[in-house]
Amino acid sequence: MKIKRRWAFFVQLSGLFGFYLFAATVNGWFVWRAVVLYRLGDAWLPVPVFGVLIGPLFILFAVVLTSLFYATNFNKQAQPFAPPTPALTPEEETLIRPVLGLPGAGFWTLAGLLGAIVLLAVFAYSRQFIQGLAVTGLNNPVFWGFYITNFVFFIGISHAGTLISAILRIVNAEWRRSITRSAEVITVLVLSFGAGNILLDLGRPDRMLNVFLHGRLQSPLLWDVCSITTYLIASTIYLYIPLIPDIAILRDRVRGWRKLLYELLALNWSGTPREIKVLEKCIAIMAIAVIPIAVSVHTVVSYVFSMTVQPMWHSAIFGPYFVVGAIFSGIAALIIAMAILRRAYRLEAYLKPVHFQNLGALLLVMSCLWFYFTFCEYLTTWYGNIPDHMTIFYLKLTGKYAPLFWTMVVTCFVVPFGLLASPWRKTVWGTVAASVGVCAGMWLERFLIVVPTLVRPRLPYATGSYWPSWVEISLFAGCLAAFTLLYALFTRLFPIVSIWEVREGKKHAVAEVSERIRGYF
Amino acid sequence: MSKATRRDFFKKCAAGLVVLFAVPKKIFGAALSHASKSQGHRWGMVIDLDKCTGCSACVVACSVENNQMLGSPKEAADKRIIQWLKILPVDQDGHPQARQRLIPMPCQQCENPPCVKVCPVYATFKNEEGIVGQVYSRCIGCRYCVNACPYTCKFFNWKTPLWPDEMRTGLNPDVSLRPKGVVEKCLFCHHRLQRAKEEARAERRPLRESDYQPACAESCPAKAIVFGDLNDLEGDAARLARSPRAFHLLEDLGTEPKVTYLNEGT
Repeated sequence: MKIKRRWAFFVQLSGLFGFYLFAATVNGWFVWRAVVLYRLGDAWLPVPVFGVLIGPLFILFAVVLTSLFYATNFNKQAQPFAPPTPALTPEEETLIRPVLGLPGAGFWTLAGLLGAIVLLAVFAYSRQFIQGLAVTGLNNPVFWGFYITNFVFFIGISHAGTLISAILRIVNAEWRRSITRSAEVITVLVLSFGAGNILLDLGRPDRMLNVFLHGRLQSPLLWDVCSITTYLIASTIYLYIPLIPDIAILRDRVRGWRKLLYELLALNWSGTPREIKVLEKCIAIMAIAVIPIAVSVHTVVSYVFSMTVQPMWHSAIFGPYFVVGAIFSGIAALIIAMAILRRAYRLEAYLKPVHFQNLGALLLVMSCLWFYFTFCEYLTTWYGNIPDHMTIFYLKLTGKYAPLFWTMVVTCFVVPFGLLASPWRKTVWGTVAASVGVCAGMWLERFLIVVPTLVRPRLPYATGSYWPSWVEISLFAGCLAAFTLLYALFTRLFPIVSIWEVREGKKHAVAEVSERIRGYF
Repeated sequence: MSKATRRDFFKKCAAGLVVLFAVPKKIFGAALSHASKSQGHRWGMVIDLDKCTGCSACVVACSVENNQMLGSPKEAADKRIIQWLKILPVDQDGHPQARQRLIPMPCQQCENPPCVKVCPVYATFKNEEGIVGQVYSRCIGCRYCVNACPYTCKFFNWKTPLWPDEMRTGLNPDVSLRPKGVVEKCLFCHHRLQRAKEEARAERRPLRESDYQPACAESCPAKAIVFGDLNDLEGDAARLARSPRAFHLLEDLGTEPKVTYLNEGT
């Protein structure tokens, strides 16, 4: 049967070809850099190493998108146009109500408030762009401060989503079904702000493309560029693919400009068993691919510090220490976001106390791990007793930064451990209170890694000090506000709880799980 | 049969290993590291702390020669002064016999520079004569090199440098002005080296060591700063750098500075 193609098909097809072009460019870039570095007589081995790791990943992403596109558009037994999706149950209606209904006064107030903060941040950045970094509190020798702290912090938060959702999917944790989406959105949004903070920190943002034009892959900063770009694209795909069936539900229920948007994004999805099979396979592949990428991201972020010879930066433990801290703060951010969504959109039927309790258990484990790593790091430094390191060590533990340090220990370990090891762990507010503490504490941890080392240089020429200026503070506030605003917009455009996954879970999970458990014995 | 194939397999493995190790050193020699000492000129500096009076003539000469920003009192309070060469006060001994040692400190021009390693865009590099350079038009201002430098010898332009009009006319035309947002550092007055090379070429003679002296060495009234080619083993600089009084700053970091200090009289 000849299928009459709609306009959306051709737009999607050209989008797909655009991605091919992008994947080819990524691979070509590595080849080009390898040749350039070799001809310069510079150390060239890092380029093929990164190229071999990252290049094929982009080809894999292209294959995943192609197979999905093929399954939804070709060799379809069904009629050319998607049949209307099965009607939603009243319970499921609550999930798309925020999308279809008009936002209330509360939403507009929030949006206005956040928009004002974002505008303030835009103004602050314009001052910095025109006058230079003199408008910040940075000085000689504290060359890095708030922006780099926020960069590490935001990248850490980004480990909330994709990584946790991928792990839960792979281990078949059925309770994941209603929380994965809200987690993945955090990743995609916050990762952009993490990378954005590096740009805020640049003295010459107009030259940022030099990183690609003259990229030198021996620099840990280029490792960050490669790893974060890959992670951003992988987690965007990983967010998008499980969205497709839900977009198809919306496509069949709206009119106007939204119809165009959903039609484009839904890839002509009609929910046939074959499509679902391909979709689930693609999700599984992406889930596996995303885990090593996520681990690599925070590892190379830590390498920015640990590859230098500066005291309390040059530490072999930093890779895993940062990854653990990232997952730790990520889970905390996810719990906070879920609690807000639950309240704002009345999602008590989907985000149940058991979800908070399970995530709380994970948070408790990460809290213990965080304490273990911190203990290892500081004990090693103290016992080694190298004078340069001890200067920074005492600056943190008993010196100028001691209040921040001990606040961090309390909010990252004492409070969450106390709350989550007590009966309060079963309450939503208990896990949320622990999470708020963890987020604040992890921000302090990043700050305490970046700044004290710079405040006391090895040679005693000038003892530095650092206090952020209004520009840095308003840009941090702006990032948080813009993130919240975009997150809120996302919930107004797409269902924040995966409708089809929950439905599948209700239909099959009980049988599958009991089958699995029977198999154990 | 099976024995023969196994032997073949081992033979092939051995051949493979030979090929792997015999791959030209040219290709794999520089695969991970490109640190190498210059065979031609290798410029270095020796500062005799016994002769240094701490008069700061070198600091002023360096600032004027290299068009360094004229800082205001506010910038000094904000700790944003740029001084490629500064005098580092080091307190020695304790309270009863407190003594301050003054160490003039330019960029240490490491043979193995930590700053060059971390630059993402080739804005800082070690040239073939061992001088660590900075490309102002390439630098993206990430300040990674500044933070990686254990000596904190690099500087950042927090804003567009400004001079009073009277001073603007006196700027050194051989040294480019830095825009805001880039990192800068002591280059051993590289522009003087270039001029010396041009003059030598015009006079059709090889470059003599005495043709090229950075501003700090030239201006030192006590002749505490000796500058020269460290590969010229008979030259003053190389001879002094081998002195038993010689030491380097933060020697155990393995950065191999080309600025050598001579300890006070022993």
